[in-house]
Amino acid sequence: MFDGISTQLLFGQVLIGLINGSFYAMLSMGLAIIFGLMSVVNFAHGAQYMLGAFVAWALLNYLGIPYWGALFIAPVVVGVFGLFMERTILRPIQNLDHLYSLLATFAAVLIIEGLVRQEFGSTGLPYNSPLPGGVNLGFMFMPWYRLWVVLFSVVVCFGTYILIEHTKLGAYLRAANEKPEIVESFGINVPRMISLTYAFGVGLAGLGGVLAAPIYQVSPSMGSNLMIVIFAVVVIGGMGSILGAILTGYLIGLVEGLTKVFYPEAANLVIFVIMIFALILRPNGLFSGKEGLK
Amino acid sequence: MNRYLWLAAIAVALTAAPFFVYPVLLMSILCFVIFASSFNLLLGYAGLLCFGQAMFFGTAAYVAGFVLKTYGVSLEIALLSGIAVSAAMGYVVGVISVRRSGIQFAMITLAISQFVYFLLLQAEFTGGEDGMQRIPRSALFGLFDVSDHLHFYYVTLAVTVLAVAFFYRVVHSPFGELLRAIRDNEPRVESLGFRPERYKIVAMTLSAGLAGLAGALKAMVFQFATLTDVSWPISAEVILMTLLGGLGTLTGPMLGAGVVILMNDELAQFGEWALITQGAILLLVIIFFRRGVVGETSALLRKLRTRQDQS
Repeated sequence: MFDGISTQLLFGQVLIGLINGSFYAMLSMGLAIIFGLMSVVNFAHGAQYMLGAFVAWALLNYLGIPYWGALFIAPVVVGVFGLFMERTILRPIQNLDHLYSLLATFAAVLIIEGLVRQEFGSTGLPYNSPLPGGVNLGFMFMPWYRLWVVLFSVVVCFGTYILIEHTKLGAYLRAANEKPEIVESFGINVPRMISLTYAFGVGLAGLGGVLAAPIYQVSPSMGSNLMIVIFAVVVIGGMGSILGAILTGYLIGLVEGLTKVFYPEAANLVIFVIMIFALILRPNGLFSGKEGLK
Repeated sequence: MNRYLWLAAIAVALTAAPFFVYPVLLMSILCFVIFASSFNLLLGYAGLLCFGQAMFFGTAAYVAGFVLKTYGVSLEIALLSGIAVSAAMGYVVGVISVRRSGIQFAMITLAISQFVYFLLLQAEFTGGEDGMQRIPRSALFGLFDVSDHLHFYYVTLAVTVLAVAFFYRVVHSPFGELLRAIRDNEPRVESLGFRPERYKIVAMTLSAGLAGLAGALKAMVFQFATLTDVSWPISAEVILMTLLGGLGTLTGPMLGAGVVILMNDELAQFGEWALITQGAILLLVIIFFRRGVVGETSALLRKLRTRQDQS
């Protein structure tokens, strides 16, 4: 079965799988962090990722700020937008059934995507790679930018993981998740911490958008299709487990890439098939251990 | 007595409507009345947020279209095929997705509906991106020709009345009571010796069957079935209809269906603004009046009445 497949194709798809996996991992990690602290499933995560890409595009085309500047500015802009969303949309309904926050962030997606589409049209905008060229590894060609995305996303993911699991700040977050009243009695402003955590998760989505801009087209719908995949990834990994979200993200990206090599017709479907099997075989999620935020 | 007068007035209005309003618009409202009720059954009564309701709607549209085009069956057979396939689908989706409750149920159903979307995109019989065109309106019971819009309107109306009656029976049956009990306090229902999962799966099956009826009917009304019918914006639309009208009320989602269809019709020329308006309305409903139009109105009336009683 392996005879007909060139190493060129195989490694090419493995690389694409790793790239996609990087985005799956970053976005599902952000989703898991937000869910862990607020029990909110942030449906707008995909739209916020899209906003990150558009902010990067706008910074370049209107203000002449290149990619490396956007890499810092865009996540902050999107994070501040997240802060605004938390105050206006999520705060008023925070004590209701969590289905409402899912629906409210979903309504925000309709508005955000509609406005962006109204302004920029539905066709994608190009964003040139800041790292043109690449290196020939002998068995495949590795573009520099893609290498950068894979390495950078690994650093971001595991950096965030360590921040939340192994620092004092992370301990506050986890404690606020378990017993908010007690954390408050220690003089910590829990509502502000919740706002900032949401902004942080949203900022991560924005960062993902900046990273994605040179690879995929910058388009209004780039987030919504990804969002559904991210949901599947989070369901497979087990809700709220940060490490689970990261690992499942990369794993799913790789499996999807390999499916494109061996059975291209099923490439779109494989994630969902895995989700269905995971639900049947491990109803609580692959990584539903004790680690991570609950 | 008052109630029967209202029913009579509505019956007269619905019978006369196609002479004043374009029948296809009316029929599309009726289809969505059924569809919104199917969603209401799940979220309003069982507390299950199915974010992929369009998969039942769209699949049944394709199935009905397929049997009509390929086998030339009569109308009611096509409707029944649509219902059968979507109800079976609802059962399977139910079995898979009730393993997680609450918010994850919503995410899983959304993901499964995307899976169905891709399956139908690749399937041969659906016509892929082009969709399925020129679906014939065959004779009712193989006897009555109902192919023009006016006649077909009355068929659609009759089917809708039957579907609404069915919905009413289900939610007012002991089974409906049990669904509400599961929604409000699942552990207690379980401790009383019922198995909530089973009831949820039955609710999924019934709801999917109703959604399938709506989809099959829609395929005959518009005489085509496309991927749009299976796509998530349709699932979103039905959520908006139900919440706007009033979750868990009988008439709310029907009203919501009418309002949203008319609104889409009006806003169709303004491009993206239809979607933006939908999002804004949904947001306002969620933040300010979660009981929806019908729910808030009846709450207001009840308040007024108690005040009158007191004075």
